[in-house]
Amino acid sequence: MCNEENCRFAKTHEWAHMDGDIATVGISNHAQEEISDIVFVDLPKVGQQVTAGQNCCVIESVKSASEIYAPVSGEVVEVNTALTNDPALVNREPHGNGWLFKIKMSTPAEYENLMDLTAYKATLGK
Amino acid sequence: MFIPHTKEDRQEMLAKIGVSSVQELLAQIPQDLLYPALDLPRALSEQELTAHVQALAARNKPLKNFIGAGIYEHFIPAAVNALSSRGEFLTAYTPYQAEASQGTLQTIYEFQSCICALTDMDVATASHYDGATALAEAALACLRITGRTEILVSAALHPHYKEVLKTYVRHQPGVCVKEAPLGADGTLDLNALDGLLSAKTACFVLATPNFFGCLEQAEAVSARVHQAGALLTAVFNPIALGVMQTPGSYNADFAVAEGQPLGNAMNFGGPGLGIMTAKKAYMRQLPGRIVGIAKDKNGRRAFVLTLQAREQHIRRERASSNICSNEALCALNAVIYLTLLGPAGLAEVAELNLERAHQLAEKLGQLPGYRVKYAAPFFNEFVLECPVPAKKIIQKLEKKNISAGYALGKDFKGMENCLLVCATETKTEADLQAYADALGGVK
Amino acid sequence: MKTILPHNALSLEKSSPGRRGVRFEPVQKHASAYLPEAYLRKSAPKLPELSEFETVRHFTRLSELNYCLDGEFYPLGSCTMKYNPKAYDFLSALPGFTQVHPLAPESSVQGTLEMLYHFQELLKKVTGLAAFTLQPAAGAHGELTGILTARAYHDARKDFKRTEVIVPDTAHGTNPATAHMAGYTVVNIKSAPDGRVDKAALQQALSDKTAVVMLTVPNTVGLFETDIREIADMVHKAGALFYLDGANFNALAGLVKPADMGADLMHLNVHKSFAAPHGGGGPGAGPVGAAAHVAPFLPKPMVELKNGKYTLSGKMPKSLGKMKAFYGNIAVCLRGYCYLRQFDGTTFRQIAENAILNANYIRAALKGKFNAFFDCICMHECVLSINPAEMNGVHTSDIAKRLLDYGFYAPTIYFPLIVPEAMMVEPTETESKQMMDAFVEAMEQIYTEIQTEPQTVKDAPHTQCVCRIDEVSAAREPNLRW
Repeated sequence: MCNEENCRFAKTHEWAHMDGDIATVGISNHAQEEISDIVFVDLPKVGQQVTAGQNCCVIESVKSASEIYAPVSGEVVEVNTALTNDPALVNREPHGNGWLFKIKMSTPAEYENLMDLTAYKATLGK
Repeated sequence: MFIPHTKEDRQEMLAKIGVSSVQELLAQIPQDLLYPALDLPRALSEQELTAHVQALAARNKPLKNFIGAGIYEHFIPAAVNALSSRGEFLTAYTPYQAEASQGTLQTIYEFQSCICALTDMDVATASHYDGATALAEAALACLRITGRTEILVSAALHPHYKEVLKTYVRHQPGVCVKEAPLGADGTLDLNALDGLLSAKTACFVLATPNFFGCLEQAEAVSARVHQAGALLTAVFNPIALGVMQTPGSYNADFAVAEGQPLGNAMNFGGPGLGIMTAKKAYMRQLPGRIVGIAKDKNGRRAFVLTLQAREQHIRRERASSNICSNEALCALNAVIYLTLLGPAGLAEVAELNLERAHQLAEKLGQLPGYRVKYAAPFFNEFVLECPVPAKKIIQKLEKKNISAGYALGKDFKGMENCLLVCATETKTEADLQAYADALGGVK
Repeated sequence: MKTILPHNALSLEKSSPGRRGVRFEPVQKHASAYLPEAYLRKSAPKLPELSEFETVRHFTRLSELNYCLDGEFYPLGSCTMKYNPKAYDFLSALPGFTQVHPLAPESSVQGTLEMLYHFQELLKKVTGLAAFTLQPAAGAHGELTGILTARAYHDARKDFKRTEVIVPDTAHGTNPATAHMAGYTVVNIKSAPDGRVDKAALQQALSDKTAVVMLTVPNTVGLFETDIREIADMVHKAGALFYLDGANFNALAGLVKPADMGADLMHLNVHKSFAAPHGGGGPGAGPVGAAAHVAPFLPKPMVELKNGKYTLSGKMPKSLGKMKAFYGNIAVCLRGYCYLRQFDGTTFRQIAENAILNANYIRAALKGKFNAFFDCICMHECVLSINPAEMNGVHTSDIAKRLLDYGFYAPTIYFPLIVPEAMMVEPTETESKQMMDAFVEAMEQIYTEIQTEPQTVKDAPHTQCVCRIDEVSAAREPNLRW
């Protein structure tokens, strides 16, 4: 099971958790706090090819629309359909049931370039 | 004009600001740009202005109008303008502060509801400038949803709508607009349509009634369009829906209309009211303002602008549209009109349109040399084929204070002798007879 | 006492089957006599069934739930909520204008065409631009028209490499959204610390890929771009066009002609600068002006005067096409025409002068409690900001709601985006000193409340027909129809 400690983070506040060649992607606790009450998640399409750093998902609050960037490259193989009826899952469990989508990684080395929790937290203080 | 300050007010205000003159406030403007010569005419008093504008209005010649072609003359009950011209509606702003704008918000919610009921569609907005721009925005939504690049339109789509659509989509990469031809009866040639629909088709634009007034076989068209994996965007006439099959019933994905016939005057074509509706699945693809029901903190029902994260003020260059109007005042006229008429009144007015148009078609089609061109069923307008150029007929009848119709030759090659004629409930049987008599007298 | 109906019952909830508000004469034959069964609707639409009197009561009641300019001060920044003269309501409703079909013979609509022609001419005079189209139906529609005109201009010169539109970060959201709609890539540039265009950043962004630079003058922080001609020169040197967003034209009226600033294209908002009412969000009108070299690319048709007759039939071979089914929002343009006819060459400048005077008065009067973010003389609006340290957890949105309790509409809030906790106040020239004093006093009282009873402000409004609304659940589970 994924938690803050066993994830890697992008500067743009997404996390990825690797299981084999599948990376599960979500947003950090800090990011969900910043966005606050999430009202809608516009998920990518299953089968869509994404490259690391590409905008592929949008999270909406009442007054904002935040773009989510793929932390690693590959094919979107699953999206979290539970968010369709309950987008607030992302607020409640950003590292658990509030995950966004899964990517079958084409370049697993990209995962290693992401930050660990300590390094990510250090970026937030700035 | 309209500046209330007395000399004393002005002095006190300048003193508070800490300057001695208004000119001091203008120091940030390059002085050589300041105060250019303005060659404006003499300022008019309200009395002079009134006389001047009344004289301009009088320079328009009232003709008995038999033109439709996208803008329709209908009877507007007096209560419509009496209510919508109240300052509380007229001089309010876009309802950003919901708590102080519940009136406008509720009227928009009721408008959305009435339009959904009328069309059998799931969601409706009141944001668009007119039917043509609503269609263009619906087509853009279809391109985004399908990822396809071709927009197929009926050859009998309003020619102005075609032009506006092309203006709007021209700069989308790889997008093209194609036309599906008509058969001999004035409606779509379904075989030809089958040949044109492909895996590239993002949407088909079906107008029914079409520009020639003919009603299309909407269900058959819809089945073909969806078979090809494309979306169906319907262009409808809201008055006709008092009796006609609805876009929702034939499974349209988007349905748009010019809402002017619902309680709005012709006004030389503007302002219009662009009605846009969609299936629920495409709710978030609708550009423009949407009002939803919410609760206040005491649990009471309230109305609020919602789904705002789609819009330009939040998404900026990521927004699908730059629209920030909502045609609230025109939508208000429409919802008051629909509330006054109710389902029975709307059916009545639709039937009166059918009756008048068919009576006129019968009278004119009997005149020697004239015939109603198409055999397809029609609503309140039809194409009259004439023995002489339609332009000539318009000129001749204008002398008898009749506006005979719209000359189709301008937009459709080979139809120089064809006149698009409309009769709504505003035309009495005597008016119809006067038209027939006048036309019979054209040599 | 028990209320008989809640204040906001829906028309449908008041409905009684069979009740009618209007009747038409009976038909001889029903629809089934004219149309095949398959073409008929299967069931009646769920529309309300009310009498005329009930309908009048219903909408009158709803109107009473609105704040409106006729009733309350609307200090909405960038929206120019100035008085809408009643004469124009009357004149724009004359049947001679309203009962005219857009495709009627031109000889029968000379009055309307003459009015439109002279409105175009007046707009040319006050802006110095060579041509004006009245076709666009709103400000944002005008922007799109302007950018598509620019695109047609570049395309005609076969200058296809220009794919970018430069927009400052203070711009209204419509600017980048418009550029995107026109198929351009948006290049955002940061503003200088004084809130004006950062010329170095602009120079760096400009290239042979730049199609258009869009600027609002005065800008959205209420300041004049002092180096405007230098900026225009930079834009032109790069081969790009300078688009002036005329949303704030009220501050230029009679003071500066946009053409003198180097504008190639601009739109005006008739519902702002020229006193047409906002109608709850529309309809508006967004005429677009163009300098001579760009004018042939404007949308067709335009009103021309030929051999003593006004006509829309002129050929415009280079035009970008049509933006709207018919020519412009006539009822709105008519109001703009009326407004311009009530000024002459010397009184026209009083519009901007007094708009600027009023904005600076409010800025000066609130100083010390609510300070202007840019502490200097402003144009027609001032952008206030609050110091979070003094605010006891109160936000700008709370102040906005509390103002409603004092009988004022709220300023524009959280815009421009570069100002934290922004409150943008535009009083316009038609507000009296007494009304502005009352507004200042209310703001001062709210300031005191923030120090003494912040919860009162956070829970506002307390006097409206509804309390603070839960927008989150409205957006999560949209209920958009009955």
